Amino acid sequence: MSQHPVSPPAGHATSSAAMVRTLGVVATVCGILIVSAYQGTLERVTANKRIALERAVFRVIPGAASMREFVASRAGVVPAAEGAGAEGGVRFYAAYDAAGQLKGIAAEAAAMGYADLVRVLYAYDPRRQAITGIGVVSHRETPGIGDKIITDAAFLTNFAALDVRLNADLSALANTVKTVKHGTRRHPWEIDAISGATVTSKAVGRGINDSAQRLLPLLAPNLDKLGRPAGRQEASP
Amino acid sequence: MALPGQQELTHLEEFMEGVWKQNPVFVMVLGMCPTLAVSVSAVNALAMGLATTFVLLGSTLLVSLMRKAVPKEVRIATYIVIIATFVTVVDYLIAAISLELYEALGAFIQLIVVNCIILGRAEAHASKNPPLRAATNALGMGLGFCIGLFALGAVREILGAGKLFGVALFGPDFQPWVVMVLPPGGFFVLGGWLLLFNWLRRRQGGALKPAEGHVHG
Amino acid sequence: MKAPIELRSSPHVKRGVSVERIMRNVVLALLPICAFAVWQYGLSALALIVTVTATCLATERFFNWMAGRPGTLSDWSAAITGLLLALTLPPAFPLWMGAVAGFAAIALGKALFGGLGQNVFNPALVGRAFVQAAFPVSISTWVPAFAPGRFAEFIPTTFTLPLMAPPDISAWAKGALDGFTGATPLALWKFENQVTPPDAFLSGAATASAGETTAVLILLGGLYLVARRFMDWRIPVAVLGSAALAAWAFQLWDPARYPDPGFVLLSGGLMLGAAFMATDMATSPVTPLGVWIYGALIGVVTVMIRYFGGLTEGVMYAILLGNALVPLIDQYTPPRVFGDVKGTKP
Repeated sequence: MSQHPVSPPAGHATSSAAMVRTLGVVATVCGILIVSAYQGTLERVTANKRIALERAVFRVIPGAASMREFVASRAGVVPAAEGAGAEGGVRFYAAYDAAGQLKGIAAEAAAMGYADLVRVLYAYDPRRQAITGIGVVSHRETPGIGDKIITDAAFLTNFAALDVRLNADLSALANTVKTVKHGTRRHPWEIDAISGATVTSKAVGRGINDSAQRLLPLLAPNLDKLGRPAGRQEASP
Repeated sequence: MALPGQQELTHLEEFMEGVWKQNPVFVMVLGMCPTLAVSVSAVNALAMGLATTFVLLGSTLLVSLMRKAVPKEVRIATYIVIIATFVTVVDYLIAAISLELYEALGAFIQLIVVNCIILGRAEAHASKNPPLRAATNALGMGLGFCIGLFALGAVREILGAGKLFGVALFGPDFQPWVVMVLPPGGFFVLGGWLLLFNWLRRRQGGALKPAEGHVHG
Repeated sequence: MKAPIELRSSPHVKRGVSVERIMRNVVLALLPICAFAVWQYGLSALALIVTVTATCLATERFFNWMAGRPGTLSDWSAAITGLLLALTLPPAFPLWMGAVAGFAAIALGKALFGGLGQNVFNPALVGRAFVQAAFPVSISTWVPAFAPGRFAEFIPTTFTLPLMAPPDISAWAKGALDGFTGATPLALWKFENQVTPPDAFLSGAATASAGETTAVLILLGGLYLVARRFMDWRIPVAVLGSAALAAWAFQLWDPARYPDPGFVLLSGGLMLGAAFMATDMATSPVTPLGVWIYGALIGVVTVMIRYFGGLTEGVMYAILLGNALVPLIDQYTPPRVFGDVKGTKP
């Protein structure tokens, strides 16, 4: 591009104006195409995202029929639409059964696994102060080894009632959730790793601990605010 | 618009160029990045193939329509803008059709923009041919790309998971070949198909015709 | 096939005779190791050796036919690949997976490069690397040697139906030998910090692949080939010497953590690899200095993978890595520094 300007032979030259005009027209046409595609698909994409999220939440909280999204922060717990910008806010989902009773809380946990972030959704039962189930949201672990966290029945029983009690002053978990070597689980707050997939198992434990340590202390004083406001029925697909 | 004295392909021949004689995967070995990366299952492979076909068709049509208006100094910039537009459109479309598929394909949808089949077709064919002919050629290329991706995706899904289109073929006791869903598996299967294709062509008689493409992209 | 071994005169009169003679002797040197493996592990080991070798021969034949070339079974190289590959597999390896390994060895490791002499990597190790990546569980499922009923029954996994996962045999293995844990000496060292005494390696009682358990027979086979000048003695000496040196240095540094050099030499597949796989003529350097560099590299990388890698055994990848560097080594070691060889050994 650093060639000396050579005056092009007359007749073959394209004027700069023609080039700008062409690119301008092309850019305009393309811009219109993109905007219309975006507008045309926006509704479906948002709906898809909500359905996928609901499906994931309902899978970890069996019996749930509807859900609402909240953000917990130092200022309290507010619906996600109002509290999106809250500083230090942690997003979570409250799930309700058909009668409108709170069934459980779901939140996302993520930590670095063997290849990439392992993202899981865990269900928290405020009455038992325990995690009652997990579902893997996304991962890129080795097939046949790391992806056992989705299928390994023995591993999943760790999360039937994983103890996440808060300490006396409600500032943190009473016991750090941690993943221990396969076959050495002693306490209800420990996770028994999958033999041969220790790195991925540890990522799940670390992610849940990080997320629970942040979310549960913020959530504990505000549990009463999660009750569904009367007269406001949300349709569930 | 046949030039005098120049032999012109019929539309069927034009279509079959991409499907068989200049198949982008098996003959030209173009667009290897998405080919190897997303062909872990038949569904992903077909979705990728269809998305690429859509971009190919849209961009070649537009390029062909504008071929006389675009000054040659800015033609590559024009093509890239056009291609990027269609890639963005297909990106939205896939997210609207299936979020699951969208996440499985990941960044490779956006990467269609650098797939050299598309820029190659725009530059080598669409910019010199009328819209109908360009579209026919693009459809053939797209179909050929779909066939190639599907051939890889099907083998990798069958061996790597014992399934085809998510349907288990061998029952619960199947032993998955882990390597097939890892990147090396893509290379092995592609190599196997190339071997088979070249061997078949050689047996059909006639030496291999040198392909116009080169291994890249 | 009427005659599986076809004797042809031309077109390979001069080189063919010599290659064939070397290869025949390598097979001869491998046979005692195979026999010992069968004695240790019984019918299953025999079935595995036969299946893998037969698949290798059939694959070689198939690719010869595909390429329209004359048969090359008579140079014995495919048979060696088959025997070596079988010896590096666990005795309980399902036969169908053994057949996959045999096919991958010849197809990926040899035929795709253009046949014997053109291959960059040792074909047997390519086959093993393929099944290691494809079937990570089966390739690390071990059974005890000298099980009482080994000549009366097969190991339950041997006859797994093709494409199916083998049954869990940990209960069977415990029944065959009380207290059997299914861990190799290298795994015991890595995860339990427990060093297996050397006599287990000499008697063949250590848990390992079919042909990796007896250092004595491997050494005898190697010595025979060296004595007949069919093998470059410098390669095994360089591999074993550098591995021992590296192990010795680590032990000096932290004796509580690292095992003695004897354990490093005898455990796993280092002996078999050094004697029969690193020495593959097509995939090792030709220059005298290059041979030393190549061997030393394999030995050191093996120790590094064993000590610091995610895997317990590193011989296979060390040799494959060495193979990949052979052209480079050859290029940078022109053979004029003949008198200076010993001084450059690391």
